[in-house]
Amino acid sequence: MAGGNGTGGNGTRDSILRFEHVTVRFDQETALDDVSFEVRRGETRIILGAAGSGKSVLLKAAIGLVPVASGQVFLFDQPAANLPEKEMYAIRGKVGMAFQESALFDSMTIAQNVAYPLLNQPSIAVKPDEARSKVKQTLEFVELGETLTKFPSELSGGMRRRAAIARAVVTKPPLLLYDSPTAGLDPITAHTIIELIIKERDTDNTTTLVVTHRYQDGSLVANFRYNSQSGSLEPFSETSTRFMVMREGKLIFEGSQDELEASPDSYVQKFVKHTN
Amino acid sequence: MLDFLKAPVIAIQEFYVLFGSAMRNLFRKPHYWDDVLIQMDTIGVGSLWITSMTGFFSGAVMALQMGKALQQYGQTGKTGQVVSIILVRELGPALTALMVSGRNASGIASELGSMKVTEQIDAMRALGTDPIQKLVTPRMIATAAMLPALTVIADLIGMFGGFIVAYYIYALQPREYWSTTWKALDWHDVAEGLVKPFIFSFVVSLVGCYYGLRTTGGTQGVGRSTTQAVVTSGVLIFVLTFFITKFFVYSSPQ
Repeated sequence: MAGGNGTGGNGTRDSILRFEHVTVRFDQETALDDVSFEVRRGETRIILGAAGSGKSVLLKAAIGLVPVASGQVFLFDQPAANLPEKEMYAIRGKVGMAFQESALFDSMTIAQNVAYPLLNQPSIAVKPDEARSKVKQTLEFVELGETLTKFPSELSGGMRRRAAIARAVVTKPPLLLYDSPTAGLDPITAHTIIELIIKERDTDNTTTLVVTHRYQDGSLVANFRYNSQSGSLEPFSETSTRFMVMREGKLIFEGSQDELEASPDSYVQKFVKHTN
Repeated sequence: MLDFLKAPVIAIQEFYVLFGSAMRNLFRKPHYWDDVLIQMDTIGVGSLWITSMTGFFSGAVMALQMGKALQQYGQTGKTGQVVSIILVRELGPALTALMVSGRNASGIASELGSMKVTEQIDAMRALGTDPIQKLVTPRMIATAAMLPALTVIADLIGMFGGFIVAYYIYALQPREYWSTTWKALDWHDVAEGLVKPFIFSFVVSLVGCYYGLRTTGGTQGVGRSTTQAVVTSGVLIFVLTFFITKFFVYSSPQ
């Protein structure tokens, strides 16, 4: 693991997510190969990698959506790999995930989509009246206050991503996972989505994992913070953001942005330069 | 050497696991009754027109063929009897199930398949919902409630179709047709005519859900799942028709 410092072993007190030698296989194909790392409370983690490198599988393995062949995943210091589905619901209630293609439910309005975790997550389950006000508030946060009664098919790609982010953050989970939030979007919309991720992270002080193939997205998340008084982003140097690079299911780099840019690994270098 | 058996054995095992989970959810909370009602409307009311048309014309065709055959023996008056027995025991359940399968097993497979490839199923799990409880069990309950009802309606409309042919082509009197139609049936026939669609309902709903939930490979995969669901449920309906008929033939009091 070039430049890597995956913890393996025991986690720290503030451990939010920890992978210990995790391997995930689909039939004969290895999607994650002996991956170890730890994310602490309040940290931002950017996971870079090309298509098929195992980035999305890593996020799904984190919340038990794919079975782990070997190793262990710890979520909030609880073993979470291969737990029975019913037991996972309580843990998943503390995690918000925005999927790659939004994954909004087609048959529901945007308001119903955003209210879904509030009404259906067994560990949360709020009353409908309370859910309504939270949905409105969250959709206004992502600047989609006018779309309550619209269906996902009536929204643009960027708006759907924002609605998906609203659904992920509506329960105010301490850990947020973003799976390629800017994939397939034009640069302006992609920038808006990243701004939203930063705004959410800094407003609620959320531990955030962002999977992306665009280095500039990671760089923006690492170097800017949201100023709630001015309502805009501002440069920020005291960063708690760390980068990881995935290649063919392996974690080949883990470290700071400076270490990433100085990495001697040709793949990492090529990747960073290519996407910079 | 027996590697070729691996895939079908795994498929059968997965199907039974799905069936077991869907059945277990009948006794577990939460129950999604809104979804059950929506599916009853989609599967039941939505299929009413095609199953009625199928019933009417199968009854009419049967009366046409049987009337002609019976005419040779001077027994045209028994047309209603033949139509009602064949419709209630065999054709009504099988044809209705096939039509519902063509419309709904495919619909279920494509809907769930699309949800699978667009990660909506994963999202549902991530948001604390069991997809089998939310998607499969309501479809199973709705189909089990609606398919027997649709079959009864198709049977009655089929008898009416037979009557139209018997009256206008073979000049049978309404009283003669309807009395033989009615008297030909006993409770054993009615039981057979209701047990079959009830069993077929599990085939239609669960095969559709099974292929939908195991969809991979984008939109092409959705198309493949849809085709497989229709073909498999259609074949299973005929296979089960044979075994259920055999059971009723041997358990018949006559």
